[in-house]
Amino acid sequence: MKRVLVALICSVPMPLLCATPSILDGYRAAAREENAAFKDFSAARGENLYREKRGDVACASCHGASPAEHGKHTATGKDILPMAPAANPERFTDAAKVEKWFRRNCNDVLKRPCTAQEKGDFITYLSTVR
Amino acid sequence: MNYFPRVLGAVVLVSAVALASRAKGEDGEHETKSLARAHAASPLEAKWQQECNGCHIAYAPALLPPKSWRLVMAGLGKHFGVDASLTAAESAQITDFLVRNGSSRWSGAAAPLRITETRGFLKEHRGDELPADAFTRPAVKSAANCQACHPGAAKGDFNEDRIRIPD
Repeated sequence: MKRVLVALICSVPMPLLCATPSILDGYRAAAREENAAFKDFSAARGENLYREKRGDVACASCHGASPAEHGKHTATGKDILPMAPAANPERFTDAAKVEKWFRRNCNDVLKRPCTAQEKGDFITYLSTVR
Repeated sequence: MNYFPRVLGAVVLVSAVALASRAKGEDGEHETKSLARAHAASPLEAKWQQECNGCHIAYAPALLPPKSWRLVMAGLGKHFGVDASLTAAESAQITDFLVRNGSSRWSGAAAPLRITETRGFLKEHRGDELPADAFTRPAVKSAANCQACHPGAAKGDFNEDRIRIPD
């Protein structure tokens, strides 16, 4: 039933919204490969990843305390569109763009690449923000 | 009769020297005017805009010489402290655009990575021409934030008449 509903919603009017499940599905499959004990993504872990400061920087430093609002680049002051798909439907619709920014920003904030689980947790959290 | 070609030669020579010195852009106003882009955006230009504009305005290619752009683009993994890496294909495309449109009026071997360290920038932003705190005002934040005072900076417009320094 759920699948039928998704297929219906995705058919014509809002193709942009529909890329999100497939990006998340990709990370889910990768997370299972990384860790056999992996069950599912967690919005709580994702929120922690978003807010936790590593050294003097967190994701929220640039993206803002509320992912439904605009952020501001800490170095250049550039406006950053909201991260939550509810506020910015284009988020997490372009797999290459998503991977590009995880690669850059995980490297900057965590000083290492993010795991597939972290990426999935992060998107799952942001998708819950209204 | 015989000296006519010599006169012609002299006229051509003088004109060429005049043109060359003008093209060198010793006068700042001429130099900044030439940074503005008047042509329609090519796909390559759109790509450059899109990628650089992810974090800051896409600084006009003519603000640095090709050699500087090659160095900037080769170091995107650690771009002024931040990972701005691109795919190899994107990087090659954008490097090509920057190198082809980089400043052609560069003398000397210096290839600064920061636009704010170029002679052209320093000459136009001397202490006696700007308020002392111009670059640290909250609305400006840093000298990298061109558009805070130059509203047309993203289009390469740094014309002196359109400067507005925020309070």
